[in-house]
Amino acid sequence: MDSEKSQLLQKTHETILVTFTQEFPFDQMDELIIEEVTGFGTTKDEKIIGLKHFKEVLGIQYQQSKVLGISVSYNDNAKIQWISDDENSALLISDFVLDIETPQGSNSVDFRLSTLFEWKKNKWKLVHWHGSTPVNVENDAWHLTEWKRKNEELQKQVDAQTKDLKQKNEQLLKAKEQIEETLKELKEAQAQLIQSEKMASLGELTAGIAHEIQNPLNFVNNFSEVSNELLDEMVEEIENGDYEEVKAICEDLKENLSKINHHGKRADSIVKGMLQHSRTSSGQKEPTDLNNLIDEYLRLSYHGLRAKDKSFNSDFKTDFDPSLPNIEVVPQDIGRVILNMFNNSFFSVNEKKSQNPETFQPVVEVSTKKLADGIEICISDNGNGIPEAVRDKIFQPFFTTKETGQGTGLGLSLSYDIIKAHGGSIKVDSEVGKGTSITIKL
Amino acid sequence: MKILVVDDEQDVKTLFEQRFRKEIRSKVVDFVFAFSGKEALQYIDKLDHEAILILSDINMPGMSGLELLKEIKQKELVPKPIVMMISAYGDEQNYNTAKSLGADEFLTKPVDFKLLKEKLQLN
Repeated sequence: MDSEKSQLLQKTHETILVTFTQEFPFDQMDELIIEEVTGFGTTKDEKIIGLKHFKEVLGIQYQQSKVLGISVSYNDNAKIQWISDDENSALLISDFVLDIETPQGSNSVDFRLSTLFEWKKNKWKLVHWHGSTPVNVENDAWHLTEWKRKNEELQKQVDAQTKDLKQKNEQLLKAKEQIEETLKELKEAQAQLIQSEKMASLGELTAGIAHEIQNPLNFVNNFSEVSNELLDEMVEEIENGDYEEVKAICEDLKENLSKINHHGKRADSIVKGMLQHSRTSSGQKEPTDLNNLIDEYLRLSYHGLRAKDKSFNSDFKTDFDPSLPNIEVVPQDIGRVILNMFNNSFFSVNEKKSQNPETFQPVVEVSTKKLADGIEICISDNGNGIPEAVRDKIFQPFFTTKETGQGTGLGLSLSYDIIKAHGGSIKVDSEVGKGTSITIKL
Repeated sequence: MKILVVDDEQDVKTLFEQRFRKEIRSKVVDFVFAFSGKEALQYIDKLDHEAILILSDINMPGMSGLELLKEIKQKELVPKPIVMMISAYGDEQNYNTAKSLGADEFLTKPVDFKLLKEKLQLN
């Protein structure tokens, strides 16, 4: 064998040794070992058939060494070589001492590695190996007992942790169920609160509604009575031959009929509005005359508060944009928002009036405006204004500055939700002592 | 007889004009209408010792009928106007307040025009 081939054999053998003991350079193994490699260790389970199997076993060993903190070094002190006659195969027997460092201590083991190489495609390749230790070697050189104990310990820990995890998982599931139950209860409570808020505001409205229905009914009664009288007068005028007067009476009668109709409709729309207000929102949007809706709720709010508190009085002014188009809204929802705003404004001016009874002139104003991309409603008052400290909180649910039992604290919060659901915006401008102005854009 | 009717509802004017059609034509009565307390006071201030009967609603935005009544009484007009207050049915509290403020008559809505005419001695 030439020296180059011999050197190559030495080098390949060296790399194999390193592979077995220390560095596990898996990427080099395909170069050094044939696919069909076989090998045997000192025990019956140390049996390798094929490169793939070899890599798996070395992989496990590598992992175990890492986990258990084992490091191995070797001291190659003797080498026996047999080279075949055709110089294409070689058997190398290597005796060395393996120094094994473990956290439990260090140990040295005599070891013999027999390796069979074949010369293939200008390379030496390992085809078979056999590792063995002399019989006198200490049984637990690799500290296998410790290894097993640790494994058992680990298994125990894993079992305990698994049990713990299972328990925790069960607890989590229970907690989840509880949370879901609570959420369900909260949702029910919320629905009840919304309904009671609605009914509370309706209760506040009752007197206003009574007044607002009574008023048009009075007109219906009065105009029908006067029409009856006018008919008698008309007969008289016919008998007198004063046809100009007959014509005039006819005009009046016609006007009266349209007034009766107008006031009848007014009462009708108030009753419908009240029913709509108390009903759970259908959520159905419909083209709505906001000027009309706002005017209705303004009067309901005003008369409602007046009926509750006879000393309450306030001026109110309306500035409705006649060009305001009918817009698609859920009328009872928007009605609630408007009612809320008016109730708050009247409440605020009333409070200020009670503080300055002689000098203060309460006014609540409402205006509507057609914008290029929608409409704007502005409700303003000259009341006490909202203190800066609470301005951020007014839209929070259950926030109220009123005394317990006076307000649910849901009015503005629900209003905010309703306006958001309509894709609109709500803005509050307030100056303490000067008043508050709420602008709603839809 | 000059009668000042104070009510924020515009239709009240039509109603009175029709109800007192004959009396207006024969100039037995002369109606003036004001649609707020403020407007009523402006009219009263322009009066030149004229006898007047004031028929005022109580429930009005801004200055209420009771406030108007108080102001009228403070003016100590000569001759003293007759003031009749009108309010919603069953409004005991306002009735008592109006009486204590010196209202001459108190009518409830809906106004019974026959009764009103009796009170005005127009029948």
